[in-house]
Amino acid sequence: MRQFIIRRTCYSIITLLILSLTIFTVVRLTGDPVTLMTEPGARPEDLARVRAEWGLDRSWPVQYAHFVQNIVAGNLGISFNYRMPVSELYFERLPNSLQLALAATLLSFLIGIPAGLLSAVRVDGVWDQAGKVVALLGLSIPGFWLGLVLILVFSVYLEWLPTGGKNDWRNLVMPSLALGWYFAASLLRLTRSSMLEVMRSEYIKLARLKGLPGYVVIAKHGFKNALVPVLTLAGVNLVVMVNAAVIIEVVFAWPGIGRLLFEGIFQRDFPLVQGVVVLAGVMIVFVNLLIDILYAYIDPRIRLNR
Amino acid sequence: MSAPLLEVRGLQTHYFTFGGSRIVKAVEGVSFALREGETLGLVGESGCGKTTTCLSIVGLLPPAARVVGGEILLNGTDLTKKSAREMRRIRGRAIAMILQDPMASLNPLFSIYTQVAEPAYYHLGMRRRSLRRRVEELLRAVRIPSPAMRMRGYPHQMSGGMRQRIVGAIALAGGPKLIIADEPTTNLDVTIQAQYLDLLMDLQQETGVALIFVTHNLGIVAKMCDRMAVMYAGRIVESGAVRDLFGAPKHPYTKALLGSMAKLGSKEPLFAIPGQPPDLARPPPGCAFHPRCADALPRCATQDPHDVQCGPEWTARCWLPQLAAEVMHDRADA
Amino acid sequence: MSTTAAPRVIEVHAPGQLRRWVLDLPLLPLVILVPFVLAAVFADFIAPYDPTEPVPGAKIFEPPFWMDGGSTSTLLGTDFQGRDSLSRLIFGARVSLIVGLMGTVVAGSLGTAFGILSGYLGGWVDQAIMRLTDAWLALPALVFAIFLATVVGPSMWNIVVILGLVYWTRYARVIRGEVLSLREREYVQLAEIAGASSLRVIFRHILPNVLNTTMVLASLTVGVVIIAEASLSFLGVGVPPPEPAWGLMLSEARSTLMAGKWWLTVFPGVCILLVVLATQLLGDWLRIRLDPQQRNL
Repeated sequence: MRQFIIRRTCYSIITLLILSLTIFTVVRLTGDPVTLMTEPGARPEDLARVRAEWGLDRSWPVQYAHFVQNIVAGNLGISFNYRMPVSELYFERLPNSLQLALAATLLSFLIGIPAGLLSAVRVDGVWDQAGKVVALLGLSIPGFWLGLVLILVFSVYLEWLPTGGKNDWRNLVMPSLALGWYFAASLLRLTRSSMLEVMRSEYIKLARLKGLPGYVVIAKHGFKNALVPVLTLAGVNLVVMVNAAVIIEVVFAWPGIGRLLFEGIFQRDFPLVQGVVVLAGVMIVFVNLLIDILYAYIDPRIRLNR
Repeated sequence: MSAPLLEVRGLQTHYFTFGGSRIVKAVEGVSFALREGETLGLVGESGCGKTTTCLSIVGLLPPAARVVGGEILLNGTDLTKKSAREMRRIRGRAIAMILQDPMASLNPLFSIYTQVAEPAYYHLGMRRRSLRRRVEELLRAVRIPSPAMRMRGYPHQMSGGMRQRIVGAIALAGGPKLIIADEPTTNLDVTIQAQYLDLLMDLQQETGVALIFVTHNLGIVAKMCDRMAVMYAGRIVESGAVRDLFGAPKHPYTKALLGSMAKLGSKEPLFAIPGQPPDLARPPPGCAFHPRCADALPRCATQDPHDVQCGPEWTARCWLPQLAAEVMHDRADA
Repeated sequence: MSTTAAPRVIEVHAPGQLRRWVLDLPLLPLVILVPFVLAAVFADFIAPYDPTEPVPGAKIFEPPFWMDGGSTSTLLGTDFQGRDSLSRLIFGARVSLIVGLMGTVVAGSLGTAFGILSGYLGGWVDQAIMRLTDAWLALPALVFAIFLATVVGPSMWNIVVILGLVYWTRYARVIRGEVLSLREREYVQLAEIAGASSLRVIFRHILPNVLNTTMVLASLTVGVVIIAEASLSFLGVGVPPPEPAWGLMLSEARSTLMAGKWWLTVFPGVCILLVVLATQLLGDWLRIRLDPQQRNL
């Protein structure tokens, strides 16, 4: 078990290094980092200061060392526009993105899992066909377009829901739907196939042989087993959702880290853009590591082994 | 035969695939009978229709299959005419089944107690303390040590042999009159197999339950069964008392099966049945076995034989005994 | 016992051969895709107007022809500059399809190449490539793409390369797995024993077998790439104006939403939806066709 954790952590560190290296290299290759890191119209002293801070007048390996050092220390530069440390901005906005991701995940659970179960239980029936269509649409409809259409219908025409911003629960409805739609479709597919596989298993056959009522066989024996792989997927996905919600946050003006990134682009606030990207990667790697360790605790095969 | 517990008459079960354009006649005219407390061995290889026969009896055929003819009489009532709900009350209660793979038969997420208790809970309406007692009793009957402790455990904590015994306990839970065991020892270690068979025989003694034992292993049939029925290509080609069939098999297939049993210590060469299984799309006319039959007559290629009585409760589906009978009849006349 | 007793089978009537073949063709996706492909290829001839110039004589924000105020000269209405929506949609097909296709080709080629190298050569090459894949997969695709686009500067071909760089990792993983199992197959081992060079073995034996998987993966992820391009255009870091891209049209339409000019939002989105849907269906069909026993991709 300990070996597992150590090995896994090492992998994560390597991944982080490669990640930072990639970002570092890309910036260096395609632009002059100094001009990127300083505002347009900066004075020579500012340029010099930035050079010193990030070691930009030195050789690349040294620069990289500075880069990593800075990241580890939590220093990702100062945003031009906000005149605040990027990391501060990031963590300030992070809870909002988490909120949205959680709401979206919850919604997709509520839609995807029951639909998948229903599809499996009534295979090839009306529900199943509808489910297949939904699953297909989920993969084909761009989330942000769905968001726009929702706004059109519910804000402009029906005037039920607000178009954006973050005030109360009403603001959460449409963005969660737009964000969660894709995931709901994936859940539907996964639940359906998982359930179908479970229903074909021997222990379900035995349950039927016991003469148990149909609903007991499905609900008690089938359900529980079918949900195991589904929950696995869900755990990993939450993290991805937080970060991939960029475009939804933009559409709905939701003050999360995705929107922060967009602002950075729009306003040519390079430190902000770089900082958000780095932090996004770090966060995902970190959370993946945590999840893997958590699984090590839960799964007795790993726990009792090494 | 004194009133049989189970009587299957001319059972026909077909699989309808490709929207009904392709019909697989998995069971085509199967008849046998079983008294209370008796053990019937259903013998044949994979694909011959044994499992489909069993599934037809308990009413759990896959959606593509249907019983298209014949009767299944349990104490006189025809099971083929029963509704799904009625069959559900029979399954687990009057008729129970043991499946082949102990590792897959038990639900990994539920405790032993829950799984063994279910039939008693749903069919006998038992609850709480009496239910608990019953589960303990059942586990003890199948010789699980420290039943009270074991019932709180989970399947993955048990070996294959133990799990199969638990499956046996589940089968007994509803107090059935008939247990169908579909190759229950095939997936067990050889050393455990004998133990399990002994257990089944003891249980039969104690509870008087009838047993249909499906297997391809004639050694087991010799040890466990009173009567046996040999299946080939969806038909019963010979059925009768084990002693009779082992002593003087009438059907060439039975003879071949017995001949191919390896005898320990014997120096006779292993004998395999020559030829190939019949082509699914174009079954041969006449007797299904005739292409591989060493004693085939010209008649066998064109006419499907019917059951011939070879003795009390002994039938064979072959022209040869018929021929022998005719010859003897002619001789008697002469 | 060496025999199997088989059940009796009777075919009542053989399924129609022709009917089977026709049903085999994925009609729906083709019906959808062909018009779009034609539009992309023949845009210059099909589109009624220049997509980058306002239509002479038309008002801005003209609705589609079946609504009040619309006219048949601008079938699907005009945008905030008076440009014809239909023409822009047609030219937009060109951008989306080219970027989508080329991006997928780049991603697929890179991914397959890396996957083969990784799987076949093993050792530190494998480890290095796998760690790289892990790292790049850690970053959400869109975020990564946005970052690259910001740094590099947008242009159509930049976007193609960027999307290729972002999405190749998905192929690499899967292809590597395939190669690992292929490597153990007898004909590969025979070739190796016969002294064939690694390159030859790769090209002769491994690549053809792996291509099937690549194609199926590609058809299933073309949709993702198209949506990614649309997203990038929407955010303003995609193909730069005035070249019409559906994502860009959507972004321009945003400010008109409140004013109820729904057609500017609905039509580009429907186009994206249809194209992606068609590629998904095509991909499913290919998957079943090329390997019916394939694991779920």
